[in-house]
Amino acid sequence: MKVLLSGNEAIARGAYEAGVRLGAAYPGTPSTEIFEQLPQYKDALYCEWAPNEKVATEVAYGASIAGLRSITAMKHVGLNVAADPMFTAAYNGVNGGFVIVTADDPSMHSSQNEQDNRYYARAAKIALVEPSDSQECKDFLREAYKISEQFDMPVLFRTTTRVSHSKSLVELGERTEVEPKPYKRDLFKNNCAPANAYRKHPKVEQMLAALAEYGNTCPLNKVEMGDGEVGVITASIAYQYAKEVFPEGTSFLKLGLTFPLPMDLIRDFASKVKTLYVIEELEGFMEQQIKAAGIDCIGKEKVSPLYELNPQRLRQMLFGTEPETKELPVKAVSRPPALCPGCPHRGFFYVMSKRRDYVIAGDIGCYTLGAVPPLGAMDTCVCMGAGFSVGAGMAKAFELMGENKKVFGVVGDSTFFHSGMTGAAEILYNKARIIPVVLDNHITGMTGHQDNPGSGYNLLGEVAAAIPIEKVLASFGFENILIVDPQDLTAMQKAVDDALASQVPAAIICRRPCLLIKRMKHEKALCAVDTAKCIGCRKCLSVGCPALNFKNKKSAIDPTLCVGCTVCAQVCPVGAIARKED
Amino acid sequence: MKKSVILVGVGGQGAILTAKILVNGLIRKGYDVKMSEVHGMSQRGGSVSTQVHFGDKVYAPVIGLGEADIMVAFEKMEAVRYAEFLKPDGIAVINDYAMESATTAAGLAEYPEGCVEAMQGAFTCHVLDAADIAMKLGNPKCMNVVLFGAMTKVLGLEDIDWEAVIRETVPAKFVELNLRAYEAGRAAIC
Repeated sequence: MKVLLSGNEAIARGAYEAGVRLGAAYPGTPSTEIFEQLPQYKDALYCEWAPNEKVATEVAYGASIAGLRSITAMKHVGLNVAADPMFTAAYNGVNGGFVIVTADDPSMHSSQNEQDNRYYARAAKIALVEPSDSQECKDFLREAYKISEQFDMPVLFRTTTRVSHSKSLVELGERTEVEPKPYKRDLFKNNCAPANAYRKHPKVEQMLAALAEYGNTCPLNKVEMGDGEVGVITASIAYQYAKEVFPEGTSFLKLGLTFPLPMDLIRDFASKVKTLYVIEELEGFMEQQIKAAGIDCIGKEKVSPLYELNPQRLRQMLFGTEPETKELPVKAVSRPPALCPGCPHRGFFYVMSKRRDYVIAGDIGCYTLGAVPPLGAMDTCVCMGAGFSVGAGMAKAFELMGENKKVFGVVGDSTFFHSGMTGAAEILYNKARIIPVVLDNHITGMTGHQDNPGSGYNLLGEVAAAIPIEKVLASFGFENILIVDPQDLTAMQKAVDDALASQVPAAIICRRPCLLIKRMKHEKALCAVDTAKCIGCRKCLSVGCPALNFKNKKSAIDPTLCVGCTVCAQVCPVGAIARKED
Repeated sequence: MKKSVILVGVGGQGAILTAKILVNGLIRKGYDVKMSEVHGMSQRGGSVSTQVHFGDKVYAPVIGLGEADIMVAFEKMEAVRYAEFLKPDGIAVINDYAMESATTAAGLAEYPEGCVEAMQGAFTCHVLDAADIAMKLGNPKCMNVVLFGAMTKVLGLEDIDWEAVIRETVPAKFVELNLRAYEAGRAAIC
């Protein structure tokens, strides 16, 4: 039976069918749904959200060492966090098959950069498998486990946003139960001490050479021979675009195992066509290697390394076909994402937005939207956890320059457990003059509401330990911890003032759950503007709420969007906004 | 044969559910189907687009400029934003409904006048006030299925049992409401 699955749903199904027994991951768009789908197979496998990608990768790798097939998944930048265990797992090898899924985000729909994680496979010297649709997501995963066990290495399984998030028809299969591999202590294999690592590197090279040879006959790589005029070597989503764009009769070498490249197969294919193209999204990863092998081909001189491809862009870049579009006399204005109506982060950022001289080192999450105008209350956003540590570095630099700037480091609750805690230690240990702020909305918000070590639930929906952030900070040595409801603007302002005046290390926790957490009951109400009282000063608009707008020189509230949080009412200088039942 | 539909709107308007109903019907009919959506940051009140491609064999899950046969716009400024994705002879189903963006609400930009008229000047358009129709049906949230009903009429996929598809796609307690929304959407297209 065929069912419509996204690539991520198909990967979850593939893990089930391939006999995987353990999965650990940290959410990140576009990878998140893989693990959101895994709990449906909980009778067959264990799965969890780990505090971060490095921990997740280590947990999954530990299960592999112990003898089970295991999986971890993350967004492309998550692999930066998890790179450490991956590189050494390449030397130590596996026991049960071990697959690391990386979901790259060309065009940066939800990401801070456009890195091409195929280079990680090359740098770590491990196999790289790339599916191009949902069926392949499921089927290639099974092959990836065979490769992992046969060649004694982790396999990097790479998707892109369009592979992960597009839906196509999939023929489901049955689960194959895989006998656990026996575990025995092996002080050489599982220990990367220098003397061992020295002796292991030659094995890594041998395995890679054997894998390259295997690639020439591997079922993941296939030739579709046409008339011999034009040949296209391609992989991943670029294959689907190339199939739409190149004319009938074009030959394709469609690669699923893309590192190491099957050079004999490529050379043979190249010899059978007159003109050879290499079509790939982002970098010229395959093309560089193919050209280095002395095979002439057309690639990045035509196809831009910027942004995701589509058939029209490809046609334009390859053949100069201009798109036929119609110009309109009206232009749309930008519609950036914004903090939701009733978002607990709004109160904090509104208070901070009033002081443009504060320096606010931000972080990754819904609260990155605190940077969007009119709030505009954020100086930096770099990566997970950087709110505390980049902020600490800035504070140190201002101190060295003799500048008395007030620096705040902002992270969310999930980010605190991900990599904010180490930054908090840095602040105390090295006396950084920065006030750490945790925006605790009890959930991992931006990725679609996943639980974390502070939320009290785990991936399976079971009650779990809820680690209190204030106790962590107190045990570190923060002596003045101000816990505040950010929706109460007076209290929020007081917490900021108290933290700045504090003679002992201070930290702020803004605590209010996200309104979109389904299991919680939220008190919702409605605010309305009394137009007779409204003086049209637009002050309420400065809180940046999507429910507010300005019509006929007066503020107005959209009743379909408002949830009655009253932040705008607290800002109004003439008391023109009130909750309806009040 | 291959057709591309692009559904555009504002995060939270229900474009993804609408696309799911469409896709489930197309699968029943035996088409090869690919659907593409974007999750994550843009959902938070941002501009969103969902694409559905169907035919005998479909490769690409996304299209580029000037490649969509049909646009369904849940919000009129979003119709203008994505107009360049429509083929010159493409058809647009437009909800005559405006939503402020964070920039217009904050007074940093003006919501453009004449969005619907601009679209009508360039493309074959079917314009309806789906928000008003949904409100009259008693629930503003079924606006997306009103638009869906209008789209099925424009698409000409008359031989698919859309009622049955709606029954199996939407939550049970909303089936009757959505069936009425579907009919009202069809009736709004002459």
